[in-house]
Amino acid sequence: MSSHTQHEQTGGFEPKIVAFVCNWCTYAGADLAGTSRMEYKPNVRIIKLPCTGRIDPLFIIKAFEKGADGVLVSGCHPGDCHYTTGNYHARRRWIAFKNLMDFVGIDSQRLHFSWVSASEAIKWVDLVNNITDEVKKLGPFVEYKSLGDRQ
Amino acid sequence: MENQLRQKAKELLEKGDVKVVIGYGWNKRKTHTTPVFITKPEDVDKLVFNPLCVNNLSLYLTRKFADIKALGKPAIVAKGCDIKTIAVLISESQLKREDVVILGMSCNGVVYRQELWKSGTDFKSVPADIMPTKCHNCDVRNPHIADIIIGEEVNFTPPDTPAGMVFDKIRDLDKKSGEERWGFWIEHFNRCIKCYACRQICPLCYCERCIAEKNMPQWIETSAHPRGNLAWNLKRAMDLAGRCTFCGECERACPVNIPLNLVNQKLALVVKDAFGHRAGYDEKVHPPMIIFNMEDTEDFIK
Repeated sequence: MSSHTQHEQTGGFEPKIVAFVCNWCTYAGADLAGTSRMEYKPNVRIIKLPCTGRIDPLFIIKAFEKGADGVLVSGCHPGDCHYTTGNYHARRRWIAFKNLMDFVGIDSQRLHFSWVSASEAIKWVDLVNNITDEVKKLGPFVEYKSLGDRQ
Repeated sequence: MENQLRQKAKELLEKGDVKVVIGYGWNKRKTHTTPVFITKPEDVDKLVFNPLCVNNLSLYLTRKFADIKALGKPAIVAKGCDIKTIAVLISESQLKREDVVILGMSCNGVVYRQELWKSGTDFKSVPADIMPTKCHNCDVRNPHIADIIIGEEVNFTPPDTPAGMVFDKIRDLDKKSGEERWGFWIEHFNRCIKCYACRQICPLCYCERCIAEKNMPQWIETSAHPRGNLAWNLKRAMDLAGRCTFCGECERACPVNIPLNLVNQKLALVVKDAFGHRAGYDEKVHPPMIIFNMEDTEDFIK
């Protein structure tokens, strides 16, 4: 049995994962996972955007501000973009943004980038499960959430 | 050099090639230089050029450019580092090359006033070690894009690996753990008072309307709360990725001394490694963040 069907209930901390996905590939992939009745961790909150090129780095910062413990960004594979080149532009932006996030010390395990096509429901399920487990191990993103608390 | 500058400015104004010369002049007490706008040939003696001319005057070619153009075609006194900014502005179609006459100054390095106070030297003989990091690595001491070059050619070869405090600190931070880096940056960003001086002085922050002022929805908290401070500084660093030319004005303007050069230069290094682009050397190439390459690295994308 592949990993996406294993489902174990654990008490305690359940991370909030925000997924910014593109309308044409990853959202359709997640949709396929749903219509195929695959089960995956319910920790993910999907935000659908027209294209990964629409994802401003501020979206990701805002997600962390609003209490996300992990963020997933996903779109069409290179060459598959509905708007031809949106994901190439996004990729450039992510290279810079990922390095920036590393440089300010945000754990790279909390920010994930992925390509998931409309047919890759299994990849989507595994991805969400893996990220959820990873972030669960890290615990809540207290560093960000406690910003401004008096020490 | 100053005489040559004044003479050229006078010629340009007398011939009517330009209507205004944007340059540096002394303040009243001659403690620092301040931007001056010369419109009459007889006023050119107000122009000065010395290591205290730290301001990046290309700022006047962005948001205030309409006011300048109302006077007529401008000439601008620019050091190599300022010309880099002008090149980025041209490559981003904010300006046409023929809109401005560039008086490129050969430069031996600048110095910030507080460094002069600390070392107790005069601005006429500035030792290299008190110059800002950008001058240690400057490869445009002889202006690379200019209509008129003023001053004698400077012989200076920058080191192969970027040297100076900013780059040492970046290397130092890179070696540290994520937690230590987070601690470092939060400590610095916590001081931010959201005065937006970094934005106001940045010649590349030329948006007529900034996202920091947008309140429906509010993207960046307006109060000087650490959460909004982090968002603002990350956003600004991101917007400058592949564009920042390291004029260092943001850090100089920052009233609470946030080391903004670190984060901007880190991204400049990333962009250089990943896309092989250095901002400000060629006004004819596209800025790296608006184009892409099929072969961009994606080892971090699962």
